[in-house]
Amino acid sequence: MAVMVLYYVITALFTVILVRNFIKTRDVQKGILYLTVLMPFVLRLFRLK
Amino acid sequence: MRLNKEWTIKGIAMAVTGTILVLAGIAFAQHRNFKEEVVLGPGVTTVRTLGDYFAPLKGGPNDANVFILGSGEPGGTMLVLGASHPEEPATSLTAHLLVENATVEQGKLIVVIHSNPSASTVTRPGDAYPRFFHIETDWGVKRFRMGDRWANPLDSWPDPETYVHFPSGQLLAYMDVRNLNRTWPGRANGSLAEQTCYAFMRLIEAEGVDLVIDLHEAELEYPIIGTIVAHQNGLRIAAMASMTLTAEEFRIGMEISPLALHGLSHREIGDHSNAPAFLAETPQPFLDRVRGITDESLLLTGKDEFVMKAGEHGLLYWPIDEDGWPIDVRVGRHCSTILSIAGFWTMFNRSKPLVVTGVPRYADVVAEGVGRFFADPRGARAQVVLE
Repeated sequence: MAVMVLYYVITALFTVILVRNFIKTRDVQKGILYLTVLMPFVLRLFRLK
Repeated sequence: MRLNKEWTIKGIAMAVTGTILVLAGIAFAQHRNFKEEVVLGPGVTTVRTLGDYFAPLKGGPNDANVFILGSGEPGGTMLVLGASHPEEPATSLTAHLLVENATVEQGKLIVVIHSNPSASTVTRPGDAYPRFFHIETDWGVKRFRMGDRWANPLDSWPDPETYVHFPSGQLLAYMDVRNLNRTWPGRANGSLAEQTCYAFMRLIEAEGVDLVIDLHEAELEYPIIGTIVAHQNGLRIAAMASMTLTAEEFRIGMEISPLALHGLSHREIGDHSNAPAFLAETPQPFLDRVRGITDESLLLTGKDEFVMKAGEHGLLYWPIDEDGWPIDVRVGRHCSTILSIAGFWTMFNRSKPLVVTGVPRYADVVAEGVGRFFADPRGARAQVVLE
């Protein structure tokens, strides 16, 4: 259970990093890539998939 | 100016991503939260849950319903496990049919429709499984959840690098730590699947279970198919059931549970309890890797031209033709297999008879369709349990 909680913390950390990178990047292609990668992290954080 | 253009594109991308997330999230949530309606049949005397046998499961994702069909007469006790692997829907349908139709005249029957409920709330990523399937009945269409082989990662995460089976120490594939048929006999402080098996072993002890039947389906590319796999304590019963069914109803084989293959129900239940365990397999082309479109039609009809082509090239362990392997045939096979095993149990254990009536045999299910045996949950006298 503790390991599961830790994995959710890691997921949240990656989510924050991806959002931050999306906001900061000037390259829209990279921005779209960040959003695409972000989707499974959001679905897991909200316990949907 | 450039900044505006950049954020316009980013804004569109965010809107598209948000839409995908909302639509996908709704679809996933609908599947995860959908409950099947089970109408309690005339034979059901008690409904418990797995948490009654192992408290840590209580209220959790695998606190499965346990339907007890008693007779009030002394005799043997049989446990039937449906949907150990929820991507094998003939197993949960058969268990569901038992709960709604079976009456026990001697002994006791215990039925679990979803033995790994968590695995029934998710489908296999990347395999485009349908979330639901539908069965025509006399009163309308009944909806069921399609599931996966492994417990939902939302309930059991992360997997280990390598799954070390307890207590044998055998190394198994990492994801099988979520596979109910690789985690027997389970352990109290293990993964969700291990805890679930541990709870089933406590149920077997507490209820004095004499024999266990674990229902499964298999792809035609897999050699263990169309057969009964039996623990060495149940070989006589399995052999008689196999011979009689083959002579009178349909071809079914019989295999001895390998001594060194750990984690499976037919090995560990027999080794760690007094109950001989049997695993019954039916053919399910939906699971074959060479299949075509993976949709509800394939799930229900078992017809697939690519699997047939594989058969023409001798790549399958079980025959298939243009009739496929329809769900009625698969459920009918499981019904007759259960009745046959119960019958031979009684023949070999006269002091512990097990007499089950009200369950259709193979020919009945094939002729009338499995939907014929499901009661209307909105019927006047229907007592409904959500599964």
